Amino acid sequence: MNDPIIAIAFFVLAAVLLISALAVVMLRNIVHSALFLALAFVSVAGFYILLNAEFLAAVQILIYAGAVMILLLFAIMLTQRANTPMSNVSNSQAGLAAIVAAAVFVVLAFVLSKTSWLTGAAAVTQPNTEVLGKALFDYYVLPFEIASVLLLVAMIGAIVIARED
Amino acid sequence: MDVINNIFLIGRQIIATVLGFFLPLPVVDAVIAIISMALVLGFAAVTMMGQVYVERRVLGFMQDRKGPNRVGPFGLLQIIADAIKLLTKEDIMPSRVDRMVFRLAPIVVVATALLIWAVVPLGRGMIIADLNIGILYVISISSVGVLGFLMAGWSSNNKYALLGSMRAAAQMVSYEIPLVLSIIGIIMLTGSLSTVSIVNAQAGLWFVIWQPLGFVIYFISAVAEINRSPFDLVEGESEIVAGYFIEYSGMRFALFYLGEYISAFAMSAIATTLFLGGWQGPILPPYIWFVIKAWAVFIVLIWIRATLPRLRVDQLMGLAWKVLIPLALINIFVTAVVLVPLFQSVAK
Amino acid sequence: MLSLNHFLLLGAVLFSIGLYGALSRRNAVAILMCIELMFNAVNITLVAFARFLAPAATASQSLAPVSTVGQVFTIFVITVAAAEAAVGLAIVLAIYRTRRTISVEDVDLMKW
Repeated sequence: MNDPIIAIAFFVLAAVLLISALAVVMLRNIVHSALFLALAFVSVAGFYILLNAEFLAAVQILIYAGAVMILLLFAIMLTQRANTPMSNVSNSQAGLAAIVAAAVFVVLAFVLSKTSWLTGAAAVTQPNTEVLGKALFDYYVLPFEIASVLLLVAMIGAIVIARED
Repeated sequence: MDVINNIFLIGRQIIATVLGFFLPLPVVDAVIAIISMALVLGFAAVTMMGQVYVERRVLGFMQDRKGPNRVGPFGLLQIIADAIKLLTKEDIMPSRVDRMVFRLAPIVVVATALLIWAVVPLGRGMIIADLNIGILYVISISSVGVLGFLMAGWSSNNKYALLGSMRAAAQMVSYEIPLVLSIIGIIMLTGSLSTVSIVNAQAGLWFVIWQPLGFVIYFISAVAEINRSPFDLVEGESEIVAGYFIEYSGMRFALFYLGEYISAFAMSAIATTLFLGGWQGPILPPYIWFVIKAWAVFIVLIWIRATLPRLRVDQLMGLAWKVLIPLALINIFVTAVVLVPLFQSVAK
Repeated sequence: MLSLNHFLLLGAVLFSIGLYGALSRRNAVAILMCIELMFNAVNITLVAFARFLAPAATASQSLAPVSTVGQVFTIFVITVAAAEAAVGLAIVLAIYRTRRTISVEDVDLMKW
């Protein structure tokens, strides 16, 4: 983490991520918002690589930039007919929302500045796909199975809800 | 013999040593990385030109005609003439398109196709980045390519383009599942996601022998994934005129073409790496073996295109969900129960 | 140079941006997109915890592979987020089919 190249990568990625996140919430055209969201997902994958979570980076791109983005774009294209340039406008509570969001950020930043974390040796200091796989299929096997059942339920639910009859 | 086998590695060593005299180590590494990337990009671009020529010639012979044979000897310069034509054509931007997205779409398609080459081992030690998640990287990058098609289809403001891109997205998302499932068998045998260790594990026997069903499923899904015939209903010129690139012309159209051929060859290269032993082979240098095998797979793609008619949309979806995915799951089960113990006892 | 707080602060900023969007957008799909942003902010903090933190006190007492807890949690968050996106978008499509709009301000039948 002390390599200057990693620090540069962090700040470049942070700039890309925050600018695209702002674009998601600011732009008026929802398709542009969605495309910036894809960019934000890809830059989050960059952070995972910086944090030695290569497997998660690949999963992030596969699930978010690949699957969830396609779903979102499908939904946008199926529900937009005219007036796409004004398809993502803010509602009447935008000012209030900004205040709430700013307040949440202040609280979070305050907590961060007050907490002293136990940083130490057992942390992930190198890519650990194998360890992650062992943890997932050994100690966390029950949550893993529950997650797969959840996915099945979500799939059936989505088909039932979206189906035309 | 060793010199010829390792000529690229020796070249890299020489450049690194020479640069090491007057540059710090990180800069040398960066220069080496840039040179190897440029070489691989050049390889992909030259291969693309060869692909277009070979595809048109082979297709011609299979359909009992000659194919391009006027420009240059055996029509070899035809592709250069085509490239000049496309470059000098007017760049038409239809009115009411979304300009930024319209410009960006072909770039996304080409970039995702090129990024796959980073983890393809072209020969012994000839790889840009030996990621320990190599094959997962390939899958995730190729899943992003769909975004380019959706961007092109939506920004063109044309109903046929939108239909084509919707088809592309549905098809590519559906076929990604059997594609990933067919690769899992190999990952179970190798115990690694890295493309280099997958090739190394095939020193004795190719994985196509261990995973014949996996290979067939991979091949069919890969053909669908790169939207080639008989799965080319994304373009479907007789129904939706040309699909997502209907409004594109000139160089932007050529970029889509480029992306299509680069990803076709990348899929052949991944098939070679995963199932056909990668660069492994007797007598000839490793990189020659790699090129031969990848071209053989690509020529099978041309053969399929010349032979099979296009599927309907319902047949396409039925094939993925009702045939390939169950078969791939059976393949994973058989691999886990029978093949992995067998493979490990053979490896010992 | 880079410490845990860099990543946590980044996560906090991203979370706040997502929260602002989720509260202020009118389009239902846009709200879902902003919720995905918030998920990603949480994931960044979880992976950063896995990278930097070593809960030594609990490590000796439990069988859990502590070093990967954050990453395992992230995998589950991604799973749940994917499920949420699928069901949420299906609901949006169903609403669009019956009411021809996906503006959350027009879908107020259940409002007092």
